[in-house]
Amino acid sequence: MTSQDAHPGIAHRPAGAPTEAAAAPAPSGALEGLPGERVVLGAERPMPLDSGLEIGPFTVAYRTYGALNETRSNAILVCHALTGDQFMAETHPVTGRAGWWEVMVGPGRPLDTERFFVICANVLGGCMGTTGPQDLDPATGKPWGPSFPVVTIGDMVRAQSLLIDHLGIERLFAVVGGSMGGMQALEWAAKYPERVNACVPIATAAYHTAQNIAFHEIGRQAIMADPDWEEGWYQHHGKTPRRGMAVARMTAHVTYLSEQALHRKFGRRLQDRQKPSFGFDADFQVESYLRYQGSSFVDRFDANSYLYITRAMDYFDLAAEHGGVLADAFRASPVRFCVMSFTSDWLFPTSEAKRIVHALNAVAADVSFVECDSDKGHDAFLLLEPEFHETLNGFLNGCCERLGLPQGQLRPLDQAQDPTRDRVT
Amino acid sequence: MSPLDSPALRAKLAGKRADIRADLLLIADMIEPDSRVLDVGCGDGTLLDYLAHFKQVTGRGIELSQEGVNACVSHGLSVIQGDADRDLRDYPDGTFDYVVLSRTLQATQNPREVLDNLVRIGTRAIVSFPNFGYWRIRRDLLLQGRMPVNGSLPDRWWETPNIHLCTIRDFVEHCSEVGIVVERALTIGADHRARPIRSLRSANLLGQDGVFLLRREKA
Repeated sequence: MTSQDAHPGIAHRPAGAPTEAAAAPAPSGALEGLPGERVVLGAERPMPLDSGLEIGPFTVAYRTYGALNETRSNAILVCHALTGDQFMAETHPVTGRAGWWEVMVGPGRPLDTERFFVICANVLGGCMGTTGPQDLDPATGKPWGPSFPVVTIGDMVRAQSLLIDHLGIERLFAVVGGSMGGMQALEWAAKYPERVNACVPIATAAYHTAQNIAFHEIGRQAIMADPDWEEGWYQHHGKTPRRGMAVARMTAHVTYLSEQALHRKFGRRLQDRQKPSFGFDADFQVESYLRYQGSSFVDRFDANSYLYITRAMDYFDLAAEHGGVLADAFRASPVRFCVMSFTSDWLFPTSEAKRIVHALNAVAADVSFVECDSDKGHDAFLLLEPEFHETLNGFLNGCCERLGLPQGQLRPLDQAQDPTRDRVT
Repeated sequence: MSPLDSPALRAKLAGKRADIRADLLLIADMIEPDSRVLDVGCGDGTLLDYLAHFKQVTGRGIELSQEGVNACVSHGLSVIQGDADRDLRDYPDGTFDYVVLSRTLQATQNPREVLDNLVRIGTRAIVSFPNFGYWRIRRDLLLQGRMPVNGSLPDRWWETPNIHLCTIRDFVEHCSEVGIVVERALTIGADHRARPIRSLRSANLLGQDGVFLLRREKA
């Protein structure tokens, strides 16, 4: 999950005014022009899905940064969050904004592209080039829409493993991810322990809690209540459930922040006015901000993808897949773990990180656990948090030392260079 | 470059062993090379650093303070945030060759359970603690009527985390009661020199700290 849309100058836009030109989500044809690499997988043999169905051939769109070394031992797979995508360390080709993890990935950053080969792929079911519900179903020649098979975190990771095969990489130096990306990182360590040297699950949990499922359901219901959703067949009708998507995003966005962060940024300040209007315009800055977040989200995300990916998170429960004992997911694991959480994250709180750590201790796995002090909520993992970056850099250096790979020192980013500075922090 | 590899730190570790707390050095000397070690209350990771570089041990740590954990992990050590009272229960029996608890036992909620866990998780446990039977403590209490403040117990009564202080005699008797074998026992005096415990009476009087190598009595 991410709230990566920066808010461009709250003070200058009239409240309630339309913030962005209406645009239908890009149909699959329009994504052809996107930069980055694509590979068709599951062509000879369809890939089985956890639902019992199978999918193939399907496309995976991905980006790589840095160079693979001779021994193919320096590859880091980054797993993106709910609304993230493969464009993590470059200007986004659709939104024109900074990549969602530019503070983490790049020269002199923890995922140092001068030393590591960093890979990020759009998840299965996504809408940025990897096969998802907005793409054409080869059986009908029309968009899958709601007939797309339900996918799970396990399916996403299975697709990634085929990509890693395709790239000729036997063993990943590390799998790193925050939020839903952290779920994928855990799934990687559980399913393919021999292919992962280090696993870094950040601001995540080994299962989706009832509270988090509840928030997802509110978002889905908002989309499904929009008449333009058309039971999921909106593409066939040339429509987009814009209002439903906006409400879903507004709700979710609040869960990524913290009370302190919202208070610092907005307080009870009014938007472009001296006193309340005694109406239902966006009187408060926080309302204007949320409306902007909602409306801009529609332009870069497909509504059905949002339904499918939130569902994948809801279904995630690593313990349930191992007879209810989370520790059994990691028995005799050779993987080095570094579990990280943030003090003010109430969506994936530290208590959930500790459950993972306790399970790893119970099988005497090699685990580090750090709770970073931040008042920025769940989104902290996307932001310039020097302590978090230092710690992760140190952990990765320790892993490099063991494998005989070069170690690196962080080159600090100053505030002016921080591409996340406009976010609610 | 990892901070572990910095020439400065290497020089510090290699050249001046006295830079490490006297009790940590004694503990390190009790540990066989190439073993698996859990350091409970590992602070900033000084002992784990030392053991990794001079004894080639596979080290893990548990530390309560966030600053300590972050310092350890950013130095490449495997450390989790946690405490001895809560987090030892999760580990299976015999996971480590040694479990170290240095100057932490007296600050735990339930030292009896912690001790049990130490000798359960580790084939051997190494425990050090400030000796409340030390003669200067007895003298200060007797003559001044005040809680002791010294090199091993630096905090005043209202700021100390120590809630279960004991003497060397208390500790040795407790071990015997609960079936823990003392394999080696040392004291550290105010001069930072270690002496093997021969007479419990004099050790309890002259030792500022006690350092014990323990194991569970074979069933």
